[in-house]
Amino acid sequence: MKWGLALFVIIVALLHQDIWFWTDKTLVFGLIPIGMVYHIGYGLLASLTMAILVRFAWPHELEKALHVTDEEVMAMKEATP
Amino acid sequence: MIPALIVFAYLCVVLYIGIFAFRKGKASGEDFFLASRGLGPAVFLLSLFGTNMTAFAILGSSGLAYRQGIGVFALMATSSSLVIPLTLFFIGTRLWALGKRFGHMTQVQFLRDRWECSGIGTFIFALTAAMLVPYIIIGVIGGGQTLEGISTVMGPDGKPVIGPDGKTMHWVSYEVGGAIVALVVMSYVFFGGMRGTAWVNAFQTVLFLCFGTFAFILIARSLGGFDSVMQKLAANPSSAQLLSRERILPTEFFSYMFIPLSSIMFPHIAIMCMTAKKISHFKKTVVLYPICIMAVWVPAVYLGVVAASQYPGLGPGESDDVIIRLLTDNVPYLLAGILGAGIMACVMASDSQILALSTMFSEDIFAYYGGKDRFGDKAQIWTGRIFVILIALLAYVIALALKDKAGIFELAIRFAFSGFASLAPIMLAALFWKRSTKWGALAASLWVAFAVLGTWYLTAVSEKIAPRPPAARQASAPGSVSQPTGQINVAPGQPTAVSSGQTAAPGAGAPGSRPAGPPTSPRLVQIYPALGDMFQRGAVNVYIYGFLPVMPMVLISALLMIVVSLLTKPPGKETIDKYFPKKETEQAAVSADPVPASRA
Repeated sequence: MKWGLALFVIIVALLHQDIWFWTDKTLVFGLIPIGMVYHIGYGLLASLTMAILVRFAWPHELEKALHVTDEEVMAMKEATP
Repeated sequence: MIPALIVFAYLCVVLYIGIFAFRKGKASGEDFFLASRGLGPAVFLLSLFGTNMTAFAILGSSGLAYRQGIGVFALMATSSSLVIPLTLFFIGTRLWALGKRFGHMTQVQFLRDRWECSGIGTFIFALTAAMLVPYIIIGVIGGGQTLEGISTVMGPDGKPVIGPDGKTMHWVSYEVGGAIVALVVMSYVFFGGMRGTAWVNAFQTVLFLCFGTFAFILIARSLGGFDSVMQKLAANPSSAQLLSRERILPTEFFSYMFIPLSSIMFPHIAIMCMTAKKISHFKKTVVLYPICIMAVWVPAVYLGVVAASQYPGLGPGESDDVIIRLLTDNVPYLLAGILGAGIMACVMASDSQILALSTMFSEDIFAYYGGKDRFGDKAQIWTGRIFVILIALLAYVIALALKDKAGIFELAIRFAFSGFASLAPIMLAALFWKRSTKWGALAASLWVAFAVLGTWYLTAVSEKIAPRPPAARQASAPGSVSQPTGQINVAPGQPTAVSSGQTAAPGAGAPGSRPAGPPTSPRLVQIYPALGDMFQRGAVNVYIYGFLPVMPMVLISALLMIVVSLLTKPPGKETIDKYFPKKETEQAAVSADPVPASRA
């Protein structure tokens, strides 16, 4: 899962380099250049990427670490038979 | 005068928010500097976003879109829409957790403790403070200029009144405007601390999110829709370039992916990360951050391109205020005032930078060197407050003295972006790599300082050979929006060299020579032809093999961090256990819990 997500983020980062629209001046609906439309879509993809990371790669250990102090860790160790 | 009055009303509201925050505050350092680490999710998102959005980002992006076209949106906005949330996700959450656990309030506190070394912290403090000060000065200069600009005395014919000295008359002068902005910012930071700053930033963010949308709709209505404007631009082969990325180098475009790494290394952003009440507040923030970026940048960049058809021929300095020009010409007075307040909101983003410097000084210098232990918590808060006054005063004095040299600070800001981005590998190593050492961090920090000064030097020595940007070129060709690339106006007979190894007359090489001949790749000029394309100069920036300096700076910083760390002694076991306790905790938890984790 971890590596799959890392690969996904790399692909999303690479998609930013859309050389295929570099010189394309097509106006979508006669109003917005196609390169800009692509990057508005890219912004939405960035948001989706973050939602996926939050869902599947959230650092839960940070929340746990706050509730378990070093003293508590030691106490847990001592309590262990 | 009406727009100026509306802006004054806005400043009063902002001041009131700061004073209201003061009444809600408690007399502790953590409350003043971090709002007791208790910001809610909405204020956290809006203030974090607002802190990142400066006048430089918004007005500057329109000006750049005017010159380079619609590609500026991808260049600066969508690269940030991915990279900034990623840094918040991976670095911001960890800074928050470490701050909550060990009481850190600044990055320097963490780095000092992580590498068991006060010197590295002091050096990074000095480096980051030096890179942050120009922002504060630019904020005051921008505030003075904006207030002066919107308070122009208009005659009965609707034209600006010219005074006896031959200059345009204003109700509020630059000096008074700058003083008002400095005083307002200083007051709400002084009284409200982080809570006041965060609330004001949240309010300002809402304002400029609305500002962008309103400006977009009102200007579109006034121009009879944007489709005719776009068709007009598309019809002219040279202005049609603005609808694509032809005026942006692919290598430059790629380099820009590194610049948003700077965000999390700005002290005000890192400190802001520690103010969230719960770590879960980061969840909504990282998901909504790209949407907020689009809401602000789509109108800003689009209007910059629209302005190219309305006001052809503006130079780089003039094109930065194209949004204000569009508003003035297309929006009624009252609304222009409200939208002017929106622009003020962008200009006044220096508040969090002032507070960050104050926090760093009182925590990393005053408290660290024994002031807090000797004089107590209250003395520390007052030290922070006095520091706020001193910084605001200093910024105002410099803004007055160097009124006409704002370009120096704008240049410094550009270098600061690269500098902060190059510090990111240090933070990543501190958080994720046990083997990283203080010597690695020191080598990387020294490299950053050297590289920032080196870039400054290269920019200064290559100023005279800088190719003229398209907008400046078009000014010399009335009637056309711009000339096609490949036609730089040059003084004939002068020695020069252009990129792609095309060297002109013998003797070229000394910085200061101007391009000559018909260059095929005119955007970049070799600074030292003997070194080939290693150091090149564009209209505005210096390039290294076609890439912006930020890219080699980040990569070399990371390399130094790795190599020097591997060659030097790692931190003690106690420190490693303190900052990488995961396995130990898990083992202890598993040992203490008879139920297997998989079944829990």
